[in-house]
Amino acid sequence: MKEVISNADFLDIINIVKLQYGYDFTGYAQASIKRRLLRFMGHMGLESVFELKYRLVNDQDFFSRLIQYITVNVTEMFRDPGFYRSLREQVLPKLAAYPNIKIWHAGCSTGEEVFSMAILLEEAGLLSRTKIYATDLNPANLERAEMGILPLDNMKDFTQNYILSGGLADFSNYYTARYDNVLIKKELRRHIAFFQHNLVTDKVFNEFQLICCRNVFIYFNRELQNSVLQLFFDSLSSRGYLAMGLKETMRFADIHGKFETVHAYHKIYRRIE
Amino acid sequence: MKNRFDVITIGGSAGSLLVLTDILDVVPHHLAAPVIIVLHRLRNVQSEMGRLLSSKRRIIEPEDKEPVKEHCIYLAPQNYHLLIEAEKTFMLDYSELVNYSRPSIDMTFSSAADVYGPKTLGILLSGANKDGAAGLCQIIAAGGRGIVQDPETAAFEAMPQSAIEMCDGVQILSIEDIKKIIIGET
Repeated sequence: MKEVISNADFLDIINIVKLQYGYDFTGYAQASIKRRLLRFMGHMGLESVFELKYRLVNDQDFFSRLIQYITVNVTEMFRDPGFYRSLREQVLPKLAAYPNIKIWHAGCSTGEEVFSMAILLEEAGLLSRTKIYATDLNPANLERAEMGILPLDNMKDFTQNYILSGGLADFSNYYTARYDNVLIKKELRRHIAFFQHNLVTDKVFNEFQLICCRNVFIYFNRELQNSVLQLFFDSLSSRGYLAMGLKETMRFADIHGKFETVHAYHKIYRRIE
Repeated sequence: MKNRFDVITIGGSAGSLLVLTDILDVVPHHLAAPVIIVLHRLRNVQSEMGRLLSSKRRIIEPEDKEPVKEHCIYLAPQNYHLLIEAEKTFMLDYSELVNYSRPSIDMTFSSAADVYGPKTLGILLSGANKDGAAGLCQIIAAGGRGIVQDPETAAFEAMPQSAIEMCDGVQILSIEDIKKIIIGET
């Protein structure tokens, strides 16, 4: 599969998607998205980049499949357990001071990390006064997240992650298993609102004490990273927290001087005033 | 011939740790080409792999958007694929496993071939699956050089063997000869 997407073709594809469907991938890191476009072509049995463009222009369903395929929808409950331990120990006690807590999960995919957050809040006794806003650009992800259903196969790994994150309860209390799936308890999901938000084109919609956006920045180029960091800065209350992925860093961003580091390895930052 | 390569990529899995340590021990300090290592490792477990690999040299696990610098040795962080952008910065990717692996050697090799073309050296060591074979073939197709550890000497032969079977032009060398090529780069 060594078909190559030239820069001109790539820009064409990005433009069609932007003008016709309103999704702007201009600021995405190219190494990854080009690779995914090629894989999508292989998956759909397309012979050429021309065919890809032709189908995109003429077929809405084709576009929906492309979006589903090229956006990364990989996630885990309690991914990077040490990070969740830091949240428990360093961030939640500070959030406890607020009468009402608002949290934004940006790029929530199918919801696994959002459910993890709800469990942490429940265990800290904070869930009842918290509202979690969980957003993604991919509507199919949000539909799945909304249902709260996860494959049973994954629960063994997730339970292990939960224990490593410092969880002391019986993890199976948080879901009901049925056949090959589990349903996350409604009491946890009641405090979560899932809805579509595109970090590239949509704006500030509320003010939060904590924003979690993990492993989303890696898909953006530096310019787009800068503008999304500005959006987060504007969406945080004074002294609000921002959590990024373990390999994402603020040090190349223009705005890094406006945040202080709470945990360098787990990438937890705090807005300065 | 000096500086034949602008990047040296090394992939390994089961049975590659000792030979890799052996190779890294001879990487000269004045070698300009960055060395990028991809090893199959456990996910979600914090490990000190960098320190295990070399007591002499600092091994860097790059962060997203970090520039790929000369004279540096890099190791793909656990649980991410490691790609290189056209402007020679690292890009981390948390997408599906490739060949049951994340990091996948194929992803890094193929990305290096895209960016460095004929100036890429790819070295594939011992391993029990076929990850890296397709990537090594892409390096060769881009005009670069693709080397495998002689399967006869590898603790697990599947990985180098798959590359040999997948495309023409794969060079089969002993670890001693691989070391000579790296030293010869300076």
